[in-house]
Amino acid sequence: MSDLRDLYQEVIFDHNRHPRNFGPLIDANRHADGFNPLCGDRLTLNLRVQDGVIQDVRFEGSGCAISTASASLMTEALKGKTEAEAAVLFEGFHHMVMGEKTTVELGKLAVLAGVSEFPARVKCASLAWHTLNAALKNESDPVSTE
Amino acid sequence: MFDVQALRNAFPILKREVHGRPLVYLDNAATSQKPRSVIEAECHYYEVLNANIHRGVHTLSQEATDAFEGARDKVRDFLNARRREEIIFTRGATEAINLVAHSWGRSQLKPGDEILVSEMEHHANIVPWQMLCEATGAVLKVIPIDERGALAAGAVASLINPRTKLVGITQVSNALGTVNPVAEIIRLAHQVDAVVLLDGAQAVPHMAVDVTALDCDFYVFSGHKLYGPTGIGVLYGKRSLLEKMPPYQGGGDMISQVTFQKTTYNQLPYKFEAGTPHIAGVVGLGAAIDFVLSVGLEAIAAHEDRLLAYATQQAERFEGLKIIGTVPGKASILSFVLKGVHPHDIGTILDSEGVAIRTGHHCAMPVMDHYGVPATARASFALYNTAEEVDALFGALRRVEELFLK
Repeated sequence: MSDLRDLYQEVIFDHNRHPRNFGPLIDANRHADGFNPLCGDRLTLNLRVQDGVIQDVRFEGSGCAISTASASLMTEALKGKTEAEAAVLFEGFHHMVMGEKTTVELGKLAVLAGVSEFPARVKCASLAWHTLNAALKNESDPVSTE
Repeated sequence: MFDVQALRNAFPILKREVHGRPLVYLDNAATSQKPRSVIEAECHYYEVLNANIHRGVHTLSQEATDAFEGARDKVRDFLNARRREEIIFTRGATEAINLVAHSWGRSQLKPGDEILVSEMEHHANIVPWQMLCEATGAVLKVIPIDERGALAAGAVASLINPRTKLVGITQVSNALGTVNPVAEIIRLAHQVDAVVLLDGAQAVPHMAVDVTALDCDFYVFSGHKLYGPTGIGVLYGKRSLLEKMPPYQGGGDMISQVTFQKTTYNQLPYKFEAGTPHIAGVVGLGAAIDFVLSVGLEAIAAHEDRLLAYATQQAERFEGLKIIGTVPGKASILSFVLKGVHPHDIGTILDSEGVAIRTGHHCAMPVMDHYGVPATARASFALYNTAEEVDALFGALRRVEELFLK
């Protein structure tokens, strides 16, 4: 196994302890719930999208350090992005946590690259992103990582 | 004399390392490891006896049938059932419950009848009854649990009524370790002519079970939690009930005569064993029962009680740790949460230290809801665990503390 420190980097602890953009979003126009039945993580994601641009995004819920930090980092990365740019990030992030090569510029999200060495935790890191996907499509059923 | 080192030597897997550390296997409530005698019994079956059973006149078929039916006799003795035909082999406890829900339930229940389960049940003892209720119009009622994880005082007596047709309850909770007062529940249920199904999946590795003395109507367990193979389990049912029940699945072995006009069914227990069964698994289960009885269930329980007491003592001293399930006389399970750390993170860090525990909802989501937690960490002990392994568990928890809380 890789060192635990590759998985639990300081940035991840920081975002777990002090999640950014955490709480309700009053004027949201996109919404989705995510659920990881394996570990019980629950996530609610709210976005305000205008003219195809993500103006604001906030999340609520409870989960492990990896899923909380991933959601927090995701909300930071998304603000000001177009829906098309968000979709590119989603794809790049997915490749990264699966241990595959990606040409997408992921910025701070790259701290989660260590997850690829811990297959049981890939779902934790991906939950927020799958929920985002559902929210942008405005699917009404809660998404599940199963 | 209980010699834990000698017992450990009987389990080949306990010699392996995980991430460069000796394996500390504390996930026994999920599945136990297998002694060499069980592995060899399965191997011997395939290398020497393999043939289909109840069919051939040739030697191998006869020997395979003898091994298979010999294991049925071992299970009968193990549970102290009155008759061998009351022992039905299934894929596991889950399939055994589904068999009862489907066959007994659909032939017996009508709208308004009640099925009573407890809040601490495994999903396997909830969902089949929910499906049955949907199919028949029966109603599912739930015995609540208290803060310690015991059935709420007086709840069973107040919930059982003349509409109650079946009580499905676990003998030992997989998420909490609680041992339920099943004899009393059976007595109350029988006063209103309700039948009782006991989920013994967690109980059989820890205590002697006597279905005749208990007077339960159905009893189910899985082989793989009893040091036996996966994919094999047992349904015990009273003969009077099993005889009235229609078959669960149709196919070979469960028939007496087949024509396109009419098929008559085989006698018990074969009526409920359609198709070629998991013969090797049954033979392995027989070897597992031999193994457990050779160690002795009383000695096993005493050893596990000592480990649980030692672990509980350390847990109570561990700052920020909260034990989930605190009923006195628990069986072999220490479920807990750690303030500020999600169980899933605990599980990953412990794994890096070679310590295997379960983290999650333990297929008992209503129990998690009761305690208001998404998940717990659970260490569960078996006959081969040691006090040193308990120390390793708490040493690894110190590492969690270092990483997360310092």
